[in-house]
Amino acid sequence: MKYEILLGDEAVALGAVHAGLSAAYSYPGTPASEIMEFLIKASKRERSFKASWSVNEKVAYEEALGVSFAGKRALVSMKHVGLNVAADPFMNSAITGANGGLVVVVADDPSMHSSQNEQDSRFYAQFAQIFCFEPSHHQEAYEMTRAAFDVSENLGIPVMVRLVTRLSHSRSRIKARPPRKQNPLSYGLGKDWTLLPVNARRRFKVLTEKQAELLRLSNESEFNSLELNDSDQSLGIISSGIAYNYVLENYKSEPSRLSLLKITTYPLPEALIARLINHVETILVVEEGYPFIEQSLKGVFGVKGKEIRGKLSGHLPLTGELSPEVVRQGLGMKALPKRQLEDFKLASRPPQLCSGCPHADTYEALNKALESYPQANVFSDIGCYTLGAFPPYNAIASCVCMGASIGMAKGGAEAGVYPSVAVIGDSTFAHSGLTPLLDAAEANTNMTVIILDNAVVAMTGGQPTFATGEKLVRMVEGLGVAREHIRIIEPLPKNFEKNVQVIKEELEHKGLSVVIASRECIQEVRKRKKKEELD
Amino acid sequence: MKQDIILAGVGGQGILSIAFVIDNAALKEGLSFKQAEVHGMSQRGGAVQSHLRLSSRQIYSDLIPRGEADMLLSVEPLETLRYFDYLSPQGIVVTSSTPYMNIQDYPELDAVLKKIRSVEKCVIVDSEKLAKEAGSSRAQNMVMLGAASPFLMLKRENLIEFIRVLFQPRGEKIVEINLRAFELGSDAAKKL
Repeated sequence: MKYEILLGDEAVALGAVHAGLSAAYSYPGTPASEIMEFLIKASKRERSFKASWSVNEKVAYEEALGVSFAGKRALVSMKHVGLNVAADPFMNSAITGANGGLVVVVADDPSMHSSQNEQDSRFYAQFAQIFCFEPSHHQEAYEMTRAAFDVSENLGIPVMVRLVTRLSHSRSRIKARPPRKQNPLSYGLGKDWTLLPVNARRRFKVLTEKQAELLRLSNESEFNSLELNDSDQSLGIISSGIAYNYVLENYKSEPSRLSLLKITTYPLPEALIARLINHVETILVVEEGYPFIEQSLKGVFGVKGKEIRGKLSGHLPLTGELSPEVVRQGLGMKALPKRQLEDFKLASRPPQLCSGCPHADTYEALNKALESYPQANVFSDIGCYTLGAFPPYNAIASCVCMGASIGMAKGGAEAGVYPSVAVIGDSTFAHSGLTPLLDAAEANTNMTVIILDNAVVAMTGGQPTFATGEKLVRMVEGLGVAREHIRIIEPLPKNFEKNVQVIKEELEHKGLSVVIASRECIQEVRKRKKKEELD
Repeated sequence: MKQDIILAGVGGQGILSIAFVIDNAALKEGLSFKQAEVHGMSQRGGAVQSHLRLSSRQIYSDLIPRGEADMLLSVEPLETLRYFDYLSPQGIVVTSSTPYMNIQDYPELDAVLKKIRSVEKCVIVDSEKLAKEAGSSRAQNMVMLGAASPFLMLKRENLIEFIRVLFQPRGEKIVEINLRAFELGSDAAKKL
């Protein structure tokens, strides 16, 4: 087969299609979105499998689990914090086990390029006691996703593929292999999938009994490699995933000097680690994310007679992503000469709301309406509108996780914050805003929720939303918010005075109000116009 | 043979289109390549960059080590300076002189250009002027690709082929504008 150019995300997606995928589910989130973008395009072309965005990661996971129950192969993909949302079905799917192959792809975001933390999903794989692959390059992303389906079906467990931003969003060439057929329909056993205590206890035992087999697979995996060098036994390196590339980058002119273990599978391949440790005096662990391997090696008491180096020892930074030069330093090599800006002062160029963005008009109206309330607080959520934290708006005081704005505004109001305002986008509202609003409606909390309805998932590139327009209004009403306190504004400069007035009235209402600021994302308007011109 | 290139610009200036053309030309020429890019929040009018590595041998890191870039190719002068420390001592700068002023504290343009000129090998072209001459100010990215083309390890005809592929879906007129932009950029660089 010919080479093709793919993002790391897309290599995973293609691997899944070629593994005989029947259905895939996801919720948009950087750096994982391109997996589903690719699958949706491919499914439209091939019409042999299903690929769709779900309302949130938990739902996506449950949909994939249903496919697996039915004996077919399913992929569910998400960004790292998405797995927090899906943690309930994820943890329990390790107990039910997989019938058809079930692969969960999680893209971590070290350095928080577009995230609120840099949690390391390998801990989740360990927590659930499942198998995990961590590819170091594009071809491996493709191959390991195919292998993940095999492990899942052979062992009857879900399998994780862990990506990081730099692989997800890097493009390179890969060579695909011929695809295989999908599975036929074949139901799972009710006694395995009904996690009543009597069944769950038995299933948990089954999972723990599989651990020896998982370890054997990891020790024997063709994707791991160990090189032992007899000429220099002072230093040995353990590296995983893309961190392996940074090690080789620095040793490319003298690879013969190295004792190097490349880890791409979890549970940790203990036999390979033991062989490396016995061979050298000092071990440097180079891994992207938290010091997962280093901590496992070190434990409480360390390894007798050996020095373990890595992030915990201070040889590599504990936060942020790795880079060739950071690893170079950790290896004790001299830095490359580089140019300096010296006295020149660089201005930063942070991301900002687009010119003509509806959120800008909403924030201007909200800021004006709140001018006479010095004690006001605006709890925000996750989306483009989080950029309202920056000048010239300086409009928001929080951003924690999907849907948190509404729950926090309720808690804040009950603690005495007035006015207590929540700002949330339409897609985030559908993802995780319905349940807290139901709570607030039940209590008729004195707070104002502003739903920024731009009719799209804007920040991640324009995926479809589940709650917009008239349907969104009916959803809010259905949750129990009084119709007369559901107000709809059109955020445009010409409506400024009117919008300020509406927001003020609802701030003054002693109870729950929802103001829906409804205007299509400016990027989507542009895309639509461009498409119309072409047609 | 290898060439490590930092592509720089502001979100929306089309640096990923430059990357598309180079990636595909590299694939056609049988080279290995890796191209790390920025998606998500930073694309909203913020600084964006792409690490593009071409080689006749295996490439390890997706990121170019600071001090190893052979070329710094930028659609915006201030963005050139943001990645200054990536450029190797022998590296070349190919940059636009047209500032993208979406921030309050943009430094004096003369000071920016003076700093860029401190690099021995530098090609500075007025991408806005040339793009307009080609037919659209949006074609500045292809002007800059043209300006870089004499220094790339890729064949000119392959770059041109994939500019066609890239813009074909938007009609022949757009293709022509972008090819003209490429030629004008290329001519300007050769004259310097």
